[in-house]
Amino acid sequence: MRQVTIDPITRIEGHLRVEIKVEGGKIVQARCSGALFRGLEIILLGRFPLDAQRITPRICGVCPVAHATAAALALDTALGVEENIPQNGWLLRNLIYAANWLHNHVLHFYHLALPDYLDPKGTPLAGLLAAELGDRRFSPEENQTLLEHYALALEVRRKAHELVAIFGGKMPHEVGIVPGGVTQKPGLAEVTAFRFRLREIRDFLENIYVKDVLLLAARYPDYFALGRVGRLLSFGAFPEPSRTRVFPAGSLQDGAVQPLDCEGIAEEVARSWYAGGAGHPRAGQTEPDPYKAEAYSWIKAPRYKGKALEVGPAARVFLASHLGPGDFAKLAGELLSEARISLEQLSSAMGRHLARAIEALFLAQRMETWLAELEINGPVAVPFGIPSEATGQGLTDAPRGALGHWLRIERGVIAHYQVISPTTWNASPRDEQGQPGPIEEALEGTPVSGDGLLEAGRIVRSFDPCLACAVQ
Amino acid sequence: MSETRAQAVVWFQAAGCTGCSISLMNADYPNLKNLLLDELVPGKALILRFHATLMGLTGQPALEVLERVREEEAGAYLLVVEGAIPTGEDGRFGRVGDIPMAERVRELALRSAGVVALGTCAAYGGIPAGAPNPTSCVGVGEFFRREGIGIPVINVPGCPPHPRWFVETVAQLIFNPSAIGQLDEVGRLRSVYPGLIHENCPRRADFDVGRFAASFGEAGCLLKLGCKGPYTSSRCPTHRWNGGVNWCIEAGHPCLGCCEPEFPDFPAPLFRKVRAEDAAAFYRRNLCAR
Repeated sequence: MRQVTIDPITRIEGHLRVEIKVEGGKIVQARCSGALFRGLEIILLGRFPLDAQRITPRICGVCPVAHATAAALALDTALGVEENIPQNGWLLRNLIYAANWLHNHVLHFYHLALPDYLDPKGTPLAGLLAAELGDRRFSPEENQTLLEHYALALEVRRKAHELVAIFGGKMPHEVGIVPGGVTQKPGLAEVTAFRFRLREIRDFLENIYVKDVLLLAARYPDYFALGRVGRLLSFGAFPEPSRTRVFPAGSLQDGAVQPLDCEGIAEEVARSWYAGGAGHPRAGQTEPDPYKAEAYSWIKAPRYKGKALEVGPAARVFLASHLGPGDFAKLAGELLSEARISLEQLSSAMGRHLARAIEALFLAQRMETWLAELEINGPVAVPFGIPSEATGQGLTDAPRGALGHWLRIERGVIAHYQVISPTTWNASPRDEQGQPGPIEEALEGTPVSGDGLLEAGRIVRSFDPCLACAVQ
Repeated sequence: MSETRAQAVVWFQAAGCTGCSISLMNADYPNLKNLLLDELVPGKALILRFHATLMGLTGQPALEVLERVREEEAGAYLLVVEGAIPTGEDGRFGRVGDIPMAERVRELALRSAGVVALGTCAAYGGIPAGAPNPTSCVGVGEFFRREGIGIPVINVPGCPPHPRWFVETVAQLIFNPSAIGQLDEVGRLRSVYPGLIHENCPRRADFDVGRFAASFGEAGCLLKLGCKGPYTSSRCPTHRWNGGVNWCIEAGHPCLGCCEPEFPDFPAPLFRKVRAEDAAAFYRRNLCAR
């Protein structure tokens, strides 16, 4: 048996350590460990409630709009303004947020995940992308084209950030989303500037990104059978002015699609460096215990009805195909049949890439609808006061999966703040029952050649881990 | 044609959020591809030896790159630190390859030609050092003072910093290393952080006539919503963000003062007006910087 430690796992966000045991050509055990704790949930305590709106996005510089969205939803309920947000407020939040998703998925596919399948030798990027090669299946021409798309995608993701900034001020760490709506009225100039950039990005997604994902899937079909989990959870995302979420919330367990039960969420810390026990995040705590002997990660272990569920694009596409809008199911169905896989196979190392492509295409289309529905120069926010006592819950999906913020205000300041991020679910350690986290489970049983570094890297990156989110 | 000299860069991420790296990827002229492949100033190009978010290698082979650069390019490479340095509990709050981040930064810094502390976390502690600073995070400069490390540090604060501020600082450093002597009292290049946001604010006329926004989405100066523009040194109003499409105050959001050493604590919450007497210290500091 060989024990291999991968630390740091590069080409992800943040500091992740993965230990695998390889025996008989298979990964027989895997452990995921978050290696950085900053204590944002503690730093928020005692602050003026609105501060959470700008401090929580700084949990993560890749998906800050996800935290801005969850914080705004939590504060909307706490401040009692949820019912009065103008239509423009919902639409602009969606446009700012969806632009961050497009950025995220393009960055993840081309710059974080794809180098695992490319051979950079002899190209200008050879120095940066040099890796221990193995199992490279693209033809020289395909390899060359994909490396060119790597460079092109750098520009596309930059333009997606311009989209965020047009209504969100700047990016990373946009400032547009606030409780009660957004800060900036949509002028015709901004709407036009947005529309033409979006058109360029959409063109890239439809004509290059999706085709590259399908090409990868065609060369590596075996990865639809690797890195599987199969139990899925989503909080849903993108509430339209009707408040219906474009991506619906729900879960898939034991083959059954169920509506989301918020009371089914609990966080455990049996193998994490914290004191305390399991509990719902509205009452949860963050008390670091860096010397806890049986612990191996700074990531807590969130569970849904006692089980470790995968969150992210596979969950969303599966659930939206069952519960979401008809045009989503149609688009997803077309791409799934092109890749010759079923919805169930999305929860796999290759399926997650395809799921991201499906939802990026869908969002880019939907963004044009939202843009057209804006009332030019119309109201975007409602004023609010800060109550002395209140509670709030903000649930949304982030690009990487289900994200929740839970807060309590006492005497006009933050008395409690808990965050459970997508990678907290996916990269969680074992729990009290010894149940592995989803990435651990996805790795265990994987057949490998050699030390497993290659296969493990591909599987771990398919989840798009974000460690600054997983441990705040 | 004379030969291009390569300036090796090691980019080390500590207690941060990767937002500074992502912001640099938004650079336009030069863009990231230019920064990676072309001469930044005549005769000199950057060569990125280590960056955990972008590099091909992973795990132990990636760490070996750090060792190789320390051995083979001692005294010559530029170290960029992103994120604060967690110093609490023997470094257990932040480790890379099982070694505390503080230890890694010390080792890398001691053999570097100099350090760029990129972002407010690396420069001054920033968000993770916000009260009560649960992990005893400090900025690189403070860490070096405590440890007696004499390597020069240049701060490029901002949460995140605008890509131009990093590019201009590094271009200065490799074009004219003597610029290192021209730091202001909080360790920034004077040329990169030359004055207050308030002086170039497009809402300055509203301030002058006393027209203040009382809630989000309203016209007027944002001072009463907590704007820190009068005390914050940055070129946001002139550089603007993300290809120049917008920036915080133009989007109707008060300046958070994210470039200042006091961020995020300040003498007032982010959305509360700072009293003039509390603001005097950093107002003076930023005016004297010119």
